[in-house]
Amino acid sequence: MATTTFRTCPDTGLKFFNSTENLLKANAVAAVVFLLVGGLHGLLVGMTRWQAVHLLGAEDFYMVLTAHGLNVLIFWIIFFEIAVLYFASSVLLGCRLATPKWAWAGFALMVIGAVMNNVVVLQGNASVMMTSYAPMEAPPLFYLSLILFAVGALIGCFVFFGTLVVAKNDKTYEGSVPLVTFGAITAAIIAVFTIVSGAIILIPTLLWSLGLVGEIDALAYRLIWWAFGHSSQQINVSAHVAVWYAIAAILFGAKPLSEKVSRTAFLMYILFLQIASAHHLLVDPGVSSNFKMFNTSYAMYLAVMASMVHGLTVPGSIEAAQRARGHSAGLFTWLRKAPWGNPTFSGMFISLVGFGFLGGITGVVMGAEQINLLVHNTLYVPGHFHATVVVGTTLAFMALTYWLVPVLFRREIVMKGLAKWQPYLFGLGMSGVSLFLMGAGTLGVPRRHWDIGFAATGGITHDFPAAAYTMLALNGLSVIVAVIGGAAFCVIIVGSLLFGRKLGDQKMSEQWIADPVTDEEYSANGGSAFAIPGTVVLAMVFFVSFALYYFINWKYLAETWGIS
Amino acid sequence: MSSLSPPAKKLWWKEPIHKSELLWISLVFVWGLVMTFMMPYWHVVGKQNLGTDTYKTTPKAFQAATEAFVEKYEVRKEGPRNYPVVAPPAGGDVYLIARLWDWWPIVELKKGETYRFHLSSLDWQHGFSLQPANINIQVVPNYEHVFNLTPNETGEYSVICNEYCGVGHHLMIGKIHVVD
Repeated sequence: MATTTFRTCPDTGLKFFNSTENLLKANAVAAVVFLLVGGLHGLLVGMTRWQAVHLLGAEDFYMVLTAHGLNVLIFWIIFFEIAVLYFASSVLLGCRLATPKWAWAGFALMVIGAVMNNVVVLQGNASVMMTSYAPMEAPPLFYLSLILFAVGALIGCFVFFGTLVVAKNDKTYEGSVPLVTFGAITAAIIAVFTIVSGAIILIPTLLWSLGLVGEIDALAYRLIWWAFGHSSQQINVSAHVAVWYAIAAILFGAKPLSEKVSRTAFLMYILFLQIASAHHLLVDPGVSSNFKMFNTSYAMYLAVMASMVHGLTVPGSIEAAQRARGHSAGLFTWLRKAPWGNPTFSGMFISLVGFGFLGGITGVVMGAEQINLLVHNTLYVPGHFHATVVVGTTLAFMALTYWLVPVLFRREIVMKGLAKWQPYLFGLGMSGVSLFLMGAGTLGVPRRHWDIGFAATGGITHDFPAAAYTMLALNGLSVIVAVIGGAAFCVIIVGSLLFGRKLGDQKMSEQWIADPVTDEEYSANGGSAFAIPGTVVLAMVFFVSFALYYFINWKYLAETWGIS
Repeated sequence: MSSLSPPAKKLWWKEPIHKSELLWISLVFVWGLVMTFMMPYWHVVGKQNLGTDTYKTTPKAFQAATEAFVEKYEVRKEGPRNYPVVAPPAGGDVYLIARLWDWWPIVELKKGETYRFHLSSLDWQHGFSLQPANINIQVVPNYEHVFNLTPNETGEYSVICNEYCGVGHHLMIGKIHVVD
């Protein structure tokens, strides 16, 4: 059986078991490698969409777009999430990892799946996009590679659940699991649902591509594939919200405003997030309006409510902690005095704001049954999810990585000056990508489309407004900024692993984890753990923007043709 | 204790929720109800509610129905591809084929009249994207989607494909004319 030796981190007091530590390192490194691969493909996509540059030919564009989606949306994110699961269980609960051999087997399957997928896609016969909508067909190895990857990830989830049991049996903690672990449990439960849905649709599709099954119903494929495709994004939401809470605790010693509220909000993700696969079927044939309305609203927007609750409690808990430690003047001193030069904080905060304002609002608006008619399959859709998955999830993971590398690898971060700017470059560049893609989508520009100038159609063209071309050019510029930010991240992290000053058992000069704010501190500085006037103001600004944007879109809808 | 450690109070679920949190939760809950209400409300008062009538079909059957439609109402040929322009009577049926890589035929409609559209694909999935009206509908093979469209302005409209359908995806463009 695996070794159960561990070290206690001199800076954080966290216990790292050998087997956990090696798996964390392996998953994190794999994640960054696929981020780099996927990100470079993204650069090529952005440079081709920019009509004046139009870098790639059509075939290459569709191939590169397929590879871009799979590498960043699936491989980078899920490798990192497996690391988050192991961290939230073994490290936070201070217990050994259950069945490390199985964890390594899962990791090996994921690596094989991801590499195989890249090889198949880059051979050029599998340019079917991430969604691979039947009856468009890819080679069997394409589906097989995804299945292998998914099985590996599923093993990771069960190792995580097993580790929770180990901690419980070994009594390594008292009472309930920490909130961050609770968030990770949410992510893992949704992951199991996601991966099972994926198996239900990808296994028959594999058999079909091998000629063993006669036909895959295109509508059934869409329904089940999105139970996989959409839910996988809900894993991200749960995971990055857990990371937000973790960073609030790491940097500020913040405690949740209310354990009950935050945990209930996570629970609502489990109960309601999955049904949102209907978001993708709102203009499909054969799906009734009642089904669409119930599912697209997550049964009365209860999962949206959960996200809006986290959106208040995460910054709220930071505000309360900052006020307790003396930054209690006015409405926003707590925010102004936050460590904006620390990439762990700036990354986390840009992630929070971008996810809410850009990703959250637009997702809910375009998820209204009728409004979806205006934007389905336009560039608005990738615009939206670049705010949720890239500004939201990816940037949150990057932020955590800056903190994790010295703890895990015992090496200092290199190029600290660049690291300071990296979240701004990446976050603002990607926010630009999101905004300009949504702008183009609002003007009707289709997604996954090589040439909106229709140069090769033999004279049948459509004139998109000049503003659409401007949007795509601005998108291209934003892509460049974001890719510089993304590449800077990869260089800093890989550079730190290879050349960072070795820390060994020495404590770092700066405090690496804040002392939890005590009840006395909360009450001493004239505040309580709940005094969050600044956050309430920010929340109201958010709410008003949300409501305005929501009703503006109904007005747009009212102006188009009658449809019934 | 922070979010990285077990809750300090073991019976955390018995702790009271503070006013500011409660207020926000109530506001968000009511907002959720408003948004939930908007969709059925629009079904009653709004003019943009995509019909969901759907019939199983086959590429062959749908092609035959479309050919019959073209034969009956063709008024002229048009464009570089010499496609038929079909002008069905107001209130009548319109058949539109999506296939690799075009839309067939060209349709001519009258402003303010309502038409019953039949939409299906002969091969892969496609996306009916009517520009610049910005109406976007998924097209799925073996399913015939039937819904009503009422043009509210005259002009030349393009039908673009916005569901990726292989290397010729960007070649797929059709036309709908709306006349007085």
